[in-house]
Parts: sequence; C-alpha cells; structure tokens
Amino acid sequence: MKKKLGRGVAIVGAGMSNFGAFPGKATRDLFVEAFSDMIASVDKGLDPNDIEALYIGNYSSDLFEGQGHTAPFMADWTGLTPRPATRIEDACASSGVALRQGIIAIASGLYDVVLVGGIEKMTDLPTSEVTDTLATASDVLYEIPAGFTFPGFYAAMATAYMDRYGATPESFMRVGLKNHENGALNEKAQYGATIRQVMDSKIAKAKAKGRPEPTWADEMEFMHDDRANPIIAWPMRLFDCSPISDGAAALLLVSEDIAKSFSADPLFVIGTGQASDVALHDRQDLTTLRAAKLAGEQAYEMAGLKPEDIKAAEVHDCFTIAEVIATEDLGFFPPGKGYEAAEEGLTRRNGPKPINTSGGLKSKGHPVGASGAGQVVEIWKQAHGSAGERQAAHDVNLGLTHNVGGTGQTCAVHIFERR
Amino acid sequence: MNNKDFTSASFQEYLKQKKLMGVRCQSCGTLFLPPRPMCNHCFGEDLIWEELSGEGELTAFTTIHIAPTAMIEAGYGRDNPYCSGIVKLKDGVSISAQILGVDVDHPENIKIGCKLEVEFLERQVGDDNQAFLAFQTVD
Repeated sequence: MKKKLGRGVAIVGAGMSNFGAFPGKATRDLFVEAFSDMIASVDKGLDPNDIEALYIGNYSSDLFEGQGHTAPFMADWTGLTPRPATRIEDACASSGVALRQGIIAIASGLYDVVLVGGIEKMTDLPTSEVTDTLATASDVLYEIPAGFTFPGFYAAMATAYMDRYGATPESFMRVGLKNHENGALNEKAQYGATIRQVMDSKIAKAKAKGRPEPTWADEMEFMHDDRANPIIAWPMRLFDCSPISDGAAALLLVSEDIAKSFSADPLFVIGTGQASDVALHDRQDLTTLRAAKLAGEQAYEMAGLKPEDIKAAEVHDCFTIAEVIATEDLGFFPPGKGYEAAEEGLTRRNGPKPINTSGGLKSKGHPVGASGAGQVVEIWKQAHGSAGERQAAHDVNLGLTHNVGGTGQTCAVHIFERR
Repeated sequence: MNNKDFTSASFQEYLKQKKLMGVRCQSCGTLFLPPRPMCNHCFGEDLIWEELSGEGELTAFTTIHIAPTAMIEAGYGRDNPYCSGIVKLKDGVSISAQILGVDVDHPENIKIGCKLEVEFLERQVGDDNQAFLAFQTVD
C-alpha cells in the first residue's frame, strides 16, 4: 500500500554555518551560527518560542569531542530548553534521518513547529583518530580487523564498479572536478576552489619558496600526480575524498496548514524514504546501495514522481564513486551509466540533471552529522533562486536529497516541492 | 567443540586455532559467515558450527595508504600500503579480510576474481595476541 504522511509538512527556513576547520569552536557554537542563518531565511519571521521540539543529527560528538548527550546543549544554546531535544545517530545519515523524524513528528499531529539540526566537530582529532572514529560506523567485529577504512570501503566498491562497467579512476576524478567547480561558487564551502585554482595556488607557493614550479599540463595531469593528489585508498585519491570538517545546519519544519504564515514560498516535503542494509561483504551486488534504491523508491512513490521529474539533487558524495553510484541508485541514469553521464557533463549545474550544485560533500565539506541537513539548505536555495552564481540553469521547483550512513547501511531520501 | 556460543568471541577462538568457521541453520540450511545466534531467514535457533573450505575469490579490493591506528601499529601506512578486500568463498558466503600476495604498489594489476586461500595472521594488540583473518593469492 502506498505510504503517505498523516498531514503535510513544509520547510520554511534553512540555514548553515560555514563548513571548515574551526579550532576553538564547539558544535554548540556552530549550531548557533546555523540557527541564526536559518532564522534569517524565514521571510515572514520566526519567534523561536514557537518551536516545540528539536531533532538533532549527530554521529559522534562522544568520540570527536568527548561530549555525549549533545542534543540538550543545542536546545540550551538556542534558548529552547525545556523543549524535548533528541539526538539521532545513523552515522553520516544522522541529520537526514533527523529530518525524517522531524517530519514524522509533525505528520503525527503532535507538533506544528520543529527544529531539525545537524552537527559535527571533527577537526579536534588527528587524522588517524578521525579515521578510527569514522570506522566505528562499519562492522567493528568483522570489517575493521580486515584493515578497512571508510575511503577503503568506497574504494572497494569502485574496484567492483570498474571491473563490471569499465569505468576508470579518471571517471571518478571528473566528479571531483565538477564538484569543486560548484563549490568554488559557495561562500560556505570548506574547499571552495576549483582544481585549477588549487593548482595555481600550489604553483604560486612553490614560486614564493623558490622551489621548482610544478608543470601540470592540465587538471587531469594534476589529478594523476601522486604527490599533489596522493592515493588514500586506491583508486580513491585525496581529491576523491570528502574532507574532515566542522559544521552545523538547521531546518525549520512546520505543518502544511501554517506554512504560509512563515514563508511566502515554503518548500513542501512531498516524499520521504529510509532503508537499512547488511554489512558490505554480505551484499550480493557491490556496485549499488540497496538501501539508497529502496529509500529513493519510497520517496518517489510518496511524491508520485519519477526520477526524470527531479530538477536538481544533492547526493551523498562522501567519495566520488559514491556520487556515481547514487545517480544510478536514484534512477537518474541506468546502472553502469552514471560515470559516463558525469564524464559527459550531464550532472553539471548547466546540465540536464544538476548534481551537488553546492559543491557536494567533496568541496563544501562533510561534517558528517550535519551533511544531510546541509543538503536541504542547498535545495532550499536552488528552489528559491538564491544560490547566486551556482544557481542551476533551469528552475528547481522539485529537488531531492540523498543522505547515506556508513557503507550504505542507512539511507534517507527526501523530495521537496516549491509550489 | 560444536557447542560454543555463536558469537564473534567464539569465531576469534577458532581463528586462533587456524579454523575458519561458519554457522549453518539446521532448519533452513542457510550458511552464515560471520556467525550469528539466530537465523535471519527463518528465525531458527537450531544452529551448528561448520568449518569452511577457506578457498575463494576476490570480489572487491583496495590498497590502503592512509591507515587506521591498528594497522599503523602493525607497521602499515603511507610508505607501506596493504590490501583489504572482500572474498567470496566456495561455500557461497563472503567476508572482509586482508589480502596477501598481491602487488600493492601496482593495484591496477590486482585482478578481481583471482583465486585465494585462507591464511591466519597473529598480531600483538596491546597485551593480547590476536588472530586475524587473511587470504593469500594462489598461483
């Protein structure tokens, strides 16, 4: 039977902190920035006292910051105690799932106004400990003893994908190039520079230090340079991997019947889907994420839409291979054709199916628990034509977000409509 | 030997004895690797340990240069990468493991589908001597 929400839900405000490395700022400080940015986006104004509950996506403040029980602090720092504040943990899908919980809470009739947040503060730890912390989102009993890391899991999917479909490491590099082109136009991005700009800055640095200047013929030669773009887990190199990031995002959800009193142009939630899956080694097919396909199918069915109807999508490109697989799992391109679509430029912001106009996790940054809510901020901007220079070429009245946890053991997909 | 709990602790004990053990559901016949205490197909709890062939092939892999702490302590890292992969056993089940005998400096030459056989590694982890599952290429 077709699933539907008990009543309609709309997003009437969306904001985020800058994504990056912010020594000295805790998640609560970043969340206040996101909260203020969200309030500024509510065009008819918000009295924060109207908020009834908070759902906060956070992967691991415990291990990253030594802080458990994070949600009440977000309520306190935004002046929202004693309202119920709940933390949702589903690895990197934490705030996509928090969004879904906020939607369900309003659809149930319990609340009319809900704050959904996403937070993560990753840069206090050295890289090896960040790697260890992220690894706890996989199977610590059977996958970690094999030496796997998160870049390693997605790299393994990439080898299976290349073997089956004939993609090459260059196919994935093209995704990174495209996302950096978009991220260069996003003032909140952590690595908001095109690959060309990265190259120029490295050349300038070498010149300033009197070192021999690198002589890359073009971006692809730079991408193949083991020193400039080292292998992290083959075939994933540095510029195939999302960075270690701090950041927060905040979304204001209200019931459909009151949405117009907050915003002239609410973003209606017309589809939501979520699914789980087994560990990577237990899957029949390593070139697709079953949870993403199922979450997508649920969301499309609820929305009464097909993949071709979606005007722009923010997908979970924690690694470049993940974006390729996502565009296939969501039905934008047939299995095995996603890499060709990326190579042909179909996913650029002036292409027929703009993917990750924000720069994606790759360029914008990936504060893991904040990423799912951060994706919605971009769809909000694209839907309202307020994405500035990175605005998609066509009108984005229908947008989709795809937020993955771990190796795809969780996926949440949402579809939004500006009416 | 067949009355051990169907847990990772038991699996680890078997690894120390150089045995790769799965668990079979005696109600529906499904074989599990890793072990689990309840069949997730028929919900049966009439299970039995079963030693696996240890022969399989590589279905996905990576060579890891930025290593987690445990592998750094084992001597791996940027200058000494290692291969991790997923192995499909003849018995029909698959598992994650370190892959030995492949050319980690030329990962483009590592072949998906290559034949592998089980190998049992031991490493000191803190004060413990722990067993690790690995697979070695077969020439």
